[in-house]
Amino acid sequence: MALKRSIGLDGIRYKGGINMLSWRLHRWSGIGIVLFVGLHMLASLSTQVFGSSYLADTINSIYMSVYFQILVVFIIYFHALHGLRVILLDFWPRFLEYQKEITWAQWLIFIPLFGLTAFIMLLIHFSAG
Amino acid sequence: MSARPAPRIGFSLEYIMWIFIRISGLFMILFALIGIAGAFWMEARIYFQSGEFVDIGALARWAFFPISSHVSSLVPDAAAWSHAWWQIMQYLMLFFAVTHGVNGLRQVIEDYVGGTWLRIMLRGVLFLLWMFFLLVGWQLIQGNIIT
Repeated sequence: MALKRSIGLDGIRYKGGINMLSWRLHRWSGIGIVLFVGLHMLASLSTQVFGSSYLADTINSIYMSVYFQILVVFIIYFHALHGLRVILLDFWPRFLEYQKEITWAQWLIFIPLFGLTAFIMLLIHFSAG
Repeated sequence: MSARPAPRIGFSLEYIMWIFIRISGLFMILFALIGIAGAFWMEARIYFQSGEFVDIGALARWAFFPISSHVSSLVPDAAAWSHAWWQIMQYLMLFFAVTHGVNGLRQVIEDYVGGTWLRIMLRGVLFLLWMFFLLVGWQLIQGNIIT
């Protein structure tokens, strides 16, 4: 099926508004998850099939760092919550009127959820010493 | 500023993927919640035996993908974490996650790469990538079964 909707790199230019920033973060976090999960799968496969190797061990040591894990939690929580917002607005378009409020509600859910997870992760990290 | 309209309802790749990306997103959130609930269910038994909880980082890894190697360094008995139920969850999660991710990349390519031979080539690469990561995940799941 041929698609004719290429908008070129002009589509990336910032046109204002919090929802463009949300959209941008959604796209970048999606690409980030693909990179993270893809490399993680390849490193695990390499370890599983060929035993430990320098490259796979380096990738895995990055992934075991608690700061990287907190970044991954941030990215995945954001992507999941923003995805829920997109689903809500797409399936019930009458909510489009309240886009901005829904964005704020999304962050109101996100901040305690992420903050608590990150806090407990750091707590465990530093108390295990 | 104009938003991209939703694809027309019909039997087309665009519409099917439009639906799929939303349904699979919901399903992956559901799977994560089931994974967390199951972890607490299994942890309760571990806790009464050893008095230790699995930490939240391991719980998050488990929620994102319920494979026993995500927790096996922390739990005393990993067999329960490799039960057939979790294996089915792993295969479903694998399919949803890889397809969701590859379709996301496809959206990016369709948006920014002009209608040239490059786009057609990238579509082919994405299709191969999709098959490849399904196979990689399949192998990882098979290699991590603890009985």
